Amino acid sequence: MEIRKNAAAGTLESSDVFICVEPYGQLSVQIQSVVQEQYMEAVSNTVFQVLEEFEVKSGKIQVNDRGALDCVIRARMETAIRRGGSR
Amino acid sequence: MSKLVGTLREAVMAAGLKDHMTVSFHHHLRNGDYVLNMVLAEASEMGIRDLTVNASSLFDVHEPIIGHIKNHVVTGLEVNYMGQKVGRAISEGIMEKPVIFRSHGGRAGDMENGSAKVDIAFIAVPCADNMGNMSGKYGPSACGSLGYAFSDAMYADKVVVITDYLVPYPLQDCSIPEGYVDYVVCVDRIGDASRIVSGTTKITRDPVGLRIAWLASQVVKHSGYLKDGFSFQTGAGGASLAVAKYVEEMMEEEKITGSFCMGGITGYLVSMMEKGYFDTILDVQCFDLAAVASIRENKRHREISASRYASPVAKSSAVDSLDVVILGATQADTDFHVNVHTDSNGNIMGGSGGHSDTAQGAKLSIVAAPLIRARLPLITDRVLCKSTPGETIDVIVTQRGIAVNPRNQRLREALVRAGLPVRDIQELKKTAQDIAGVPKEVACKGRTVAKVLYRDGTLLDTIRAKS
Amino acid sequence: MMRRTMLFLPGNTPNMLINGDVLGADSIIFDLEDAVAPDEKDAARILVRNTLKYQKSSACETIIRINPLDFGEWKADLEEVIPYKPDLIMPAKTSSAQDIQIIADYMAQIEEQAKIQVGSTGILPLVETVLGVEKAFEIASAHKRVAGLFLGGEDLTADLHCKRTREGQEIFYARSRIVCAARACGLEAYDTPFTDVEDMQGLVKDSQFARSLGFSGKAVISPRHVETVNALFSPAPEEIEYAHEVVEAIQEGKRQGKGAVSLRGKMIDAPIVKRAEQILDMERQMFGGDFH
Repeated sequence: MEIRKNAAAGTLESSDVFICVEPYGQLSVQIQSVVQEQYMEAVSNTVFQVLEEFEVKSGKIQVNDRGALDCVIRARMETAIRRGGSR
Repeated sequence: MSKLVGTLREAVMAAGLKDHMTVSFHHHLRNGDYVLNMVLAEASEMGIRDLTVNASSLFDVHEPIIGHIKNHVVTGLEVNYMGQKVGRAISEGIMEKPVIFRSHGGRAGDMENGSAKVDIAFIAVPCADNMGNMSGKYGPSACGSLGYAFSDAMYADKVVVITDYLVPYPLQDCSIPEGYVDYVVCVDRIGDASRIVSGTTKITRDPVGLRIAWLASQVVKHSGYLKDGFSFQTGAGGASLAVAKYVEEMMEEEKITGSFCMGGITGYLVSMMEKGYFDTILDVQCFDLAAVASIRENKRHREISASRYASPVAKSSAVDSLDVVILGATQADTDFHVNVHTDSNGNIMGGSGGHSDTAQGAKLSIVAAPLIRARLPLITDRVLCKSTPGETIDVIVTQRGIAVNPRNQRLREALVRAGLPVRDIQELKKTAQDIAGVPKEVACKGRTVAKVLYRDGTLLDTIRAKS
Repeated sequence: MMRRTMLFLPGNTPNMLINGDVLGADSIIFDLEDAVAPDEKDAARILVRNTLKYQKSSACETIIRINPLDFGEWKADLEEVIPYKPDLIMPAKTSSAQDIQIIADYMAQIEEQAKIQVGSTGILPLVETVLGVEKAFEIASAHKRVAGLFLGGEDLTADLHCKRTREGQEIFYARSRIVCAARACGLEAYDTPFTDVEDMQGLVKDSQFARSLGFSGKAVISPRHVETVNALFSPAPEEIEYAHEVVEAIQEGKRQGKGAVSLRGKMIDAPIVKRAEQILDMERQMFGGDFH
């Protein structure tokens, strides 16, 4: 998937995650998380796994995590990518 | 004779405030308090240094104390609870000497047995006369019970009463009598009335909180303690209060009359008493206007001091006669130790309050909390701070299961027979991790910033700075 | 299958989806239709799909309410969720046997592609149009996936051009018709939710009335209604006791080689035995195993 337009998914509610994607020359991923001490690695792994799954090779990805479970992060990532991208 | 002085400065000077002294405050004005900040501002302007502040609780409104600590006006703190703003600063290491954390009962007990000496007690009161007879029940800043101020009045070397509502002598219905008081001063406002007590405290609407509350009430139901003469304490927060609602429904169904309910009192508990579910309310702190009105008007609603509430030094205290208490927690571990001092990252944002007192005194102590809060599991291998020892916790109730302390097999069997979702605590821990993932262990490697004393004065745990 | 309560949960709210199964309802409905704004339909179906994929609960039945056939999103809804085998699909605004056939065919297509057993997921039609009410019997008998009928009172009154009231007289005919149609096909009927979250007395009256008409359960829109509605649709202790007696009498009759059995002066025929077995099954689900 190539990110062709700005898109967002999710919310800033507790247990959710807000994700923004924009077109960009390279892959730039910024992650902040309210549970970074306990789960930063897990959140980061999930974010990169989904990017790989959708073959996103470039784009500015901003992740603002409010303590979302793994399956929720995956869902929001996928939604943002599909909204912003095309094959 | 009159003890009345013109200004707060005069009172502070007359009381003889000097460097290295210990001053004390109660927290009945909660997040609407002006007095603690006013007194410390005076001390700072006077050039006083190295004070120890023994405040039963510090809230976010007391943020200015951070500046006083940085300027060495204040170099020691002894509290039972510390809100997030001040707590964060302490966790970051702004104060050299570790904070001393006690429980409400422990503070009273340590003042009684002399191990916590107070040079000057500054007692903010909503109503007083010129000789220092004082009450929390009257005046525009009425806060209800003055439970935490009794020890200060009785044991401090000097006592200064600060009010914004002076009445002609004698204040007829006084809580703490003039015999303890040295000086009285009247200021414009002792606090922001709207933040001292809330309008009404509402029961939570959060479905998960309600589910946990319902399960906790089922534990009470099958514990064998729910019968005539039943005594009960619960928190004032939304989910804890919901337990009271379910307990009331059970008491109605089985036609049970309880003996007393206790603790931080809200309108909900007042209405339970008025409807006849409890004979008496023992009130160490009022949380809303309904509670304040009730303590003023209903003789079955009794003000009690922190000592009468929970002093481990007195020959007995009310917690010793308590059947059931509902408690909160930020963390619990597989030994049932509970943390209420820090968040999951080790930052101070709480304190025992009456937690360890009631847990030890009550026949049945129930911790009710969500298994996962914003991905963070409740149950860990080791809590970051042991606020209340596991031996005094009987049950941990979450929305996905109930863990019973192995010390209480009889209770465990009763709950299993009742069909409740009883689980091993290790199992609950694993369930949370299956849902949320295994969290990285948080380590606080810095120097000690706080010491947590148990009710009996022994050191329970230490809290360290992050780095 | 005990469905005393079916709790609606908004499909785009992570906190509700993750905790839905501990709220005490027999079934939870992940709502992709009315609870989700039009521009969040995609986000909701992906979130619901992931909840099914990673956090499916065994504590209760999972139902997915999909968008209606005239709205275009229903195909995408099914494509996302069917591979992860929800228990039931609840299509909104079902109005004919043809509607059911279209949905069932598409479900089968997806199941085949995903290489899972065709028929893994059932259908619980939501009848909330006047045409649907009139065609209730043909809808109930349209396909073997159909597990019952569910009445939606709010949208129905819009179709009827009348006001939805607390007493519910305006949906009386529809309620009875749904129950008849479902029972004529040997299926269960589920009543429309009571929408005033605060009015507990109204909830009790509404639920009692629905039960008296023959509904076996009721949808709820608030977790605070679950306990009450569960209790009102549970068999009473006397009913459970009678059910035990019936089964024992039958077994005693078998031991004695008797063809016909009587209990309390009445002959026990097949429908009574079937009802008794259903009640004992409910008792097992209520009290055996995990406490709901």
